[in-house]
Amino acid sequence: MVEKSRKTQIIFHFIMIILCIFCLFPFLLLIVSSFTDEHVLIQEGYSIIPRAFSVAAYEYIFANSATIFRAYGTTIGVTVVGTVLNIALTILFAYPLSRRDLPHRNIWSFIVFFTMLFNGGLVPSYIMWTQYFHIRNTYAALIVPSLMMGAFYVIMMRTNLAQNIPEEVLEAARIDGASEWQILFKVVMPMALPIIATLMLLVGMAYWNDWMNGLYYLTQKKYYTIQVLLNNMLQDLQVLLSSSFSANVDMSSMPSTSIKMAIAVVGALPVLCIYPFFQRYFVKGITIGAVKG
Amino acid sequence: MRLKKFGKRHRRYIPLYLMMLPGLVYLIINNYIPMAGLIIAFKQVNFRKGILASPWAGLSNFEYLFSSDEAFIITRNTILYNLAFIVLGTIMAVFIAILLNEIRGKLSKKIYQTVILVPYLISMVIVSYLVNALLATETGFVNHTIVGALGGEPISWYSEPKYWPFILILVNLWKNFGYHSIIFYATVVGLDSGLYEAAAIDGANRWQRIYHVTLPGLRSTIITLSLMSIGKIFYSDFGLFYQVPMNSGPLFDVTNTIDTYVYRGLMQSNNIGMSAAAGFYQSVVGCLVVLLANFTVRKISKDDALF
Repeated sequence: MVEKSRKTQIIFHFIMIILCIFCLFPFLLLIVSSFTDEHVLIQEGYSIIPRAFSVAAYEYIFANSATIFRAYGTTIGVTVVGTVLNIALTILFAYPLSRRDLPHRNIWSFIVFFTMLFNGGLVPSYIMWTQYFHIRNTYAALIVPSLMMGAFYVIMMRTNLAQNIPEEVLEAARIDGASEWQILFKVVMPMALPIIATLMLLVGMAYWNDWMNGLYYLTQKKYYTIQVLLNNMLQDLQVLLSSSFSANVDMSSMPSTSIKMAIAVVGALPVLCIYPFFQRYFVKGITIGAVKG
Repeated sequence: MRLKKFGKRHRRYIPLYLMMLPGLVYLIINNYIPMAGLIIAFKQVNFRKGILASPWAGLSNFEYLFSSDEAFIITRNTILYNLAFIVLGTIMAVFIAILLNEIRGKLSKKIYQTVILVPYLISMVIVSYLVNALLATETGFVNHTIVGALGGEPISWYSEPKYWPFILILVNLWKNFGYHSIIFYATVVGLDSGLYEAAAIDGANRWQRIYHVTLPGLRSTIITLSLMSIGKIFYSDFGLFYQVPMNSGPLFDVTNTIDTYVYRGLMQSNNIGMSAAAGFYQSVVGCLVVLLANFTVRKISKDDALF
């Protein structure tokens, strides 16, 4: 019996290890390729076996760092400002909704919830933001549309506050003469720190990884985030791909094979580096998100 | 008198209303105005006149859309891919959640959980780079190492539609299975351990325990998650269908979904009318699907309905 159970354990571990390799393999390919000599890459293709080690791609990146550092700075700025705004709007909206005594609470909740059921889609949003708010080629384009507050997070936060903050605590604060704003900042927010931290992580990741706002609303390079930059470099490859019959493609403006991989590494690295330390919170965010509000 | 009473009752809540104001304004702008903007689908848009003053086009945008093959292709692709993602994704995730639960060894369990979530954390743009590193015709890993070793001819992946349904399903599974596994695993961990003990006392072996305790325990979460995915069956991951196949023309037949169609119509072929019609179709049918799915579950088991 014990022998048999040992065997099943080994099989289980084996399956999980295969799956983990399946998950990590493409990253390994990316990283090894970024450290491989350009000529070897062209001749022998991308590979996970390190051959002809070279840091030329990274040297090139640092030598021509202006664009990339600018994009990096923009990404960080957008992520910080966007996340703070998102969390501020979310908690300001969620706290009153979590109060059972709020008049017409159901109507307010429905206004939020309905945006999850029905939406106008890309065309009207795009026309509104570009024609009426003139958001094209501004930093606001990276922060404001679609990401600044989501119904899902509001409902998640509302449910969490309603469950975790006892009415008596709010009542006690009120008796002590605290105003609603003081209650929010001094009582509710400190008690809600775990959920706020979890949401910040999820929202921050969404901002860091966002490239769609850039795709829709940006044409000028100076506003590019790292993801938008990466995306545009992929587009360059697309140009080459669709015009592979004509020989007059300017190869010198093409970032070469290894540099491409190196920049992708640089773009993915921060998330992958901080992730293991915050893994617990990510998992928490994911699992509370799946519980209906 | 009544007005005064009304004022008094509400004065207490003025700070709460003020707190909600910014979010409300944002929702109105970002969500509700575009809903009203769906009328664009019935307009002949002329930006110089503005949306409201543009002439009406009746149903002509829809006639154009549905008289082409495109409407059928994008609907078929969107729905079939989503069904494949839901079915395969759920099976795989449930399987892994159970596996994780059965595995002994805290550290290895934690490592597996951490690793399988990694693909979920990166953007579709980077996924496109990863896929490209595998599939690039000249330098890709698959052509060079695998096809080369098998002695086959290099395949030009980005112009062969027949492979893409598999590639897209595989990429989607790769990116999302960890996320769903973690959700199911959290549900399994949360199950009452008394049930397992009772099963053990009754002499149930491992497989009987899984079949009679774990799977029924997962039922509610499976329904909720599937319901959420079915509700989005008219929507597709734009990055997956646009970016990963690198917008390659020969693949459109198997990669074009409603979202990529709307985007191309709006940004590339400048066919706002048709694009808006497709968007309208997506919004309205998408909403009906959510309501229908929820209604059905409500009929079968009320507790599992979303609303």
